[in-house]
Amino acid sequence: MTASTSSLPAAARAPRSPWRARLTAWRVPLSILALCLLPWLLPSQALAVNVLIYGLLAVGYNLLFGYTGLLSFGHAAFFGAGAYVTGIAIGQFGLPWFAAMLLGVAFGGALAFLVGLLSIRTRGIYFSMVTLALSQLVYYTALQASSWTGGENGLRGFTVSTINVFGWAIDILDPVKKYYVLMVFAAAALWFVSRVLNSPFGAVIEAVRENETRARACGYDVERTKLLSFTLSGVIGALAGTLFALHLAIVPLDILSIHTSGMVVMMTLLGGAGSFFGPFVGALAFLLMEDVVSLWTSHWQIVVGTVFILFVLFLPKGIWGTALAALAGRGGR
Amino acid sequence: MTTPLLAVENVGRRFGGFVALEGVTAAFEPNRVTAIIGPNGAGKSTFFNVLSGVMPPSTGSIRFKGRDITGTPQHRFAHLGIARSYQITNIFPELSVHENVRVAAQALRTRYDIWCNRAAMTELDDKADAALAAVGLAGRRDATAKFLAHGQQRALEIAVALVADPELLLLDEPTAGMGPEETKDMVGLLERLAKDRTILLVEHKMKMILGLSDRILVLHHGRLIADGSPQHIQTDPEVRRVYLGQNDGYA
Repeated sequence: MTASTSSLPAAARAPRSPWRARLTAWRVPLSILALCLLPWLLPSQALAVNVLIYGLLAVGYNLLFGYTGLLSFGHAAFFGAGAYVTGIAIGQFGLPWFAAMLLGVAFGGALAFLVGLLSIRTRGIYFSMVTLALSQLVYYTALQASSWTGGENGLRGFTVSTINVFGWAIDILDPVKKYYVLMVFAAAALWFVSRVLNSPFGAVIEAVRENETRARACGYDVERTKLLSFTLSGVIGALAGTLFALHLAIVPLDILSIHTSGMVVMMTLLGGAGSFFGPFVGALAFLLMEDVVSLWTSHWQIVVGTVFILFVLFLPKGIWGTALAALAGRGGR
Repeated sequence: MTTPLLAVENVGRRFGGFVALEGVTAAFEPNRVTAIIGPNGAGKSTFFNVLSGVMPPSTGSIRFKGRDITGTPQHRFAHLGIARSYQITNIFPELSVHENVRVAAQALRTRYDIWCNRAAMTELDDKADAALAAVGLAGRRDATAKFLAHGQQRALEIAVALVADPELLLLDEPTAGMGPEETKDMVGLLERLAKDRTILLVEHKMKMILGLSDRILVLHHGRLIADGSPQHIQTDPEVRRVYLGQNDGYA
């Protein structure tokens, strides 16, 4: 009740440690710096670009799962939609790469809006099941529409070799150049997500995650809030999909499968749901495990699955989330 | 007399074949404290849920400031000027005390803005701090809400409701689960709030209600069986029979 407490500096997130506050303020530049260094720290360029793409997909997923508290099991649909639409737009309609990307993101976002509209009225496990069912619907649609998507063989024949940026031709068959071109888009998406998290809407989704009933009583339309979050999350996922298409120049049907959806959930949880950079850490951990373990057994999923279960049981904040908590000290009281 | 702030007419609510509330008619004038009492299962919570838009009434109508608000979705109620607290503590557990109140204040200003920087909206901080000061929680501003003592969480919930500056405050058992000390603090807080607000509260602690309220409604089996001043209610033979008589401990 003292007068002095009301004149404390304004801080929306009220961080309890100066270290953590500084990290939060610099999270976008620091994340981009880490992504810039990634190809030089990892054993292979291919691994770095996969961490970049799947990490971005997980960042979008984290917005929904970590910050809004919705466990979707259908994010493969938006990732795949972004990739397929980009590939089809380039390969069959001859669109320039950038226009194809925009179309992929727009289509993925529209699909997310539609899936969100149909799933958000359900809760808990039912929500997860409805998103799973709808993403399976997308999978089988892509399988059947083989004249568009190539069916089981995947989509081929849309290789982009050079891209022109304001008259400057970049050869993206060169893996290093390609990595940095794709990274520019990931960086822009990170900046956007950070901005959303710092916005008034960022406070609303956390409130919905914490207590739907209370959020509604405060005057928030919970369903609309969730739908907007779901759509934004799908847009980021679709962007990751368009990067995937540009990177591989093939879209395998597998990208739409339930395994992709499950993998994103695992990556987000391994890295730390609800932490800004955690999804990249999770993607790195997952892909490294896959690479290393599959060297000596083809059943690498058993090992990764066991590690995942141990994390859920003993490190629910994930690698990055736990590290941040340790940095901030045990405080909070 | 002034025009009523809230008027319910013939309000009823059924769940399948079960009638939880039936034919309740009452009008509430501004700046009064009205208590709603009744034995367990009398329909108090249902009445509150109907008044706060959690569920629409099955029959009858609700008018707020002369306007019919029957069937309005719950999230609109805060914008109309009706705020509530819950019987079971209902806060944002992982957010700080200040964030709890700030996000409630933000609802009236912006809900879907994904672009601006919310930290720059400093007037929300001031509003939140004022509400926290009003309930005596300014000192716990930066604590995580889940770590507060039970009584402080109840006070926080009232701050969350209060920050919207509601014209009508609905409090569902604000002293539920509190010890004598905490109850005393809460009664002090309610007395301060009562000076310039319209409050409806559900309570079990009779002593507290008699001192605090201007008027008492008694529900029994979903029906309004008495409505009057505390003195009137204490002497009403019907009320004594269904409520006070069987709860000597409270009276």
